[in-house]
Amino acid sequence: MTINEKQDEIIDTFELFDDPLDKTQYIIDLGKKLSPIDEQYKTDDYLIKGCQSRVWLYAELKDNLLYFYGDGEPEAQIAKGLISMLIDVLSGQTPENIANADLYFIERVGMSSLVTSRRAGGLNSMIQKMKQYGSVYSKLHA
Amino acid sequence: MEVQTIDIDTVRSLFPVLDQKVNGKPLVYFDNAATTQKPRQVIDALTGYYEGYNANIHRGIHTLAEKATSAFEETRAAIRRFINAPSTDEVIFTYGTTDGINLIAKTFGRQFIGAGDEILISTMEHHSNIVPWQMLCEEKGCILKVIPIHDSGEIDMEAFDRLLTDRTRLVSVGHASNALGTVNPVKEIIGKAHAAGARVLVDGAQGASHLDVDVQAMDVDFYVFSLHKMYGPTGMGILYGKREILDAMPPYRGGGEMIREVTFEKTTYADLPYKFEAGTPNIADVVAAKTAVEFIEALGKANIAAHEKALLDYATAAVATIDGLRIIGQAREKVSVLSFVIDGIHHEDMGVILDQQGIAVRTGHHCTQPLMKRYGITGTSRASFAVYNTIEEIDILKAGIERAVKMLR
Repeated sequence: MTINEKQDEIIDTFELFDDPLDKTQYIIDLGKKLSPIDEQYKTDDYLIKGCQSRVWLYAELKDNLLYFYGDGEPEAQIAKGLISMLIDVLSGQTPENIANADLYFIERVGMSSLVTSRRAGGLNSMIQKMKQYGSVYSKLHA
Repeated sequence: MEVQTIDIDTVRSLFPVLDQKVNGKPLVYFDNAATTQKPRQVIDALTGYYEGYNANIHRGIHTLAEKATSAFEETRAAIRRFINAPSTDEVIFTYGTTDGINLIAKTFGRQFIGAGDEILISTMEHHSNIVPWQMLCEEKGCILKVIPIHDSGEIDMEAFDRLLTDRTRLVSVGHASNALGTVNPVKEIIGKAHAAGARVLVDGAQGASHLDVDVQAMDVDFYVFSLHKMYGPTGMGILYGKREILDAMPPYRGGGEMIREVTFEKTTYADLPYKFEAGTPNIADVVAAKTAVEFIEALGKANIAAHEKALLDYATAAVATIDGLRIIGQAREKVSVLSFVIDGIHHEDMGVILDQQGIAVRTGHHCTQPLMKRYGITGTSRASFAVYNTIEEIDILKAGIERAVKMLR
């Protein structure tokens, strides 16, 4: 699936929810399903700056596709859900496509209103970090 | 004085902002320790000034300037009465509590606190009552000492007695804690500090709208507060200082209004209070502030305090049954602040889910990071109550917290 197909799928899912609390519950449940990462990646080097709660992220390149792995501190469930969604959309794509992705789903599912402005700062930091990985790896293999 | 019951429905009808839905639910505004909402009188006074008599004050000879000047000075008189200051000369307009503390650090601090001298603050201080002193200590080589607190959130007065020495020049403590609600024994602190030869600054940001403030009875040297936390406009505050200290202090900012005569060789400064009010002040907000003071006086501070205490007591008992919830700040005497953490739940997640239910609370460290560290936490969720809040709203809060817990566990 392309990045946009993944985004459209999320938009379709969120259209099922009328109550914003149901959207939040969905995000929380995604966070609960996130596979834990190895302790060696839970360091400041992999910490996403700008998040109120601690979220870690790293990436691996396999066959010119970039795969993301993320985790958060156990209490930070919404943040974990958000990183889980972003991983779902961007993981397994080419670095170029990740660097250039237009993540329109965030606005369309009302996630910018779902998260507080401070947390939206965290969400932006997550996106920037992932795009940065995309950009760095695409230059390495250019 | 006998406490009278306030008709909350009537009070609420004065606050236009309260009558709205947030995320489809009726707004429950519990972030009053951050800023209170404004009654109709305050909003009308602001627009009335701009529509009727906007003019620069003190210098103009024309009618509008006269009118604006007299409204501006009427607020000073109202504030004097509100805090029982001996004279309006001792009531300085600032841009808020933070501005007032910085003014004292930059003037009193620079003049009267030197290398090796000590400043005492408490563990529960807001960053505004920490950072200006750290900056001063960096500049002057003075020493910042911190009075510890008990687990209940009360100042350890025995430790205070030990820390207070003949090197202490200033004790700077909050009247009440924004993060815990604790009301500090400022009168006792002032008495002891004076006996040791130290001056006392009380940060009244959380005190002025809830507690009885009589600067003469307290014998406080400086009392600072913000109007926006007491139903008044943002961007203005008050510094009260004893005349003999204010007179001895050098001016703060240089500019118009604060001078007597300027020549290129030498400038002489204006008398109090203008010495500390350089530049065109925040005229509109100062003018409107008078109506906020009158709003509180009309309801009666004791009556407001009784209502807020009833809300706090009810809320404290209501949330006690929530599994894993712990109240941070259990002092015997508190203003209407309910700060809490819940096992396994991040305060930010709590804040987001409460907001989706129309409930506005504050989450985070509340600009008291050292205090959070003292409790071994990164932040709390904080509900803080004002005169227009109701028992029904606390029931909504409780149900909202329970819903969030259910979603997050």
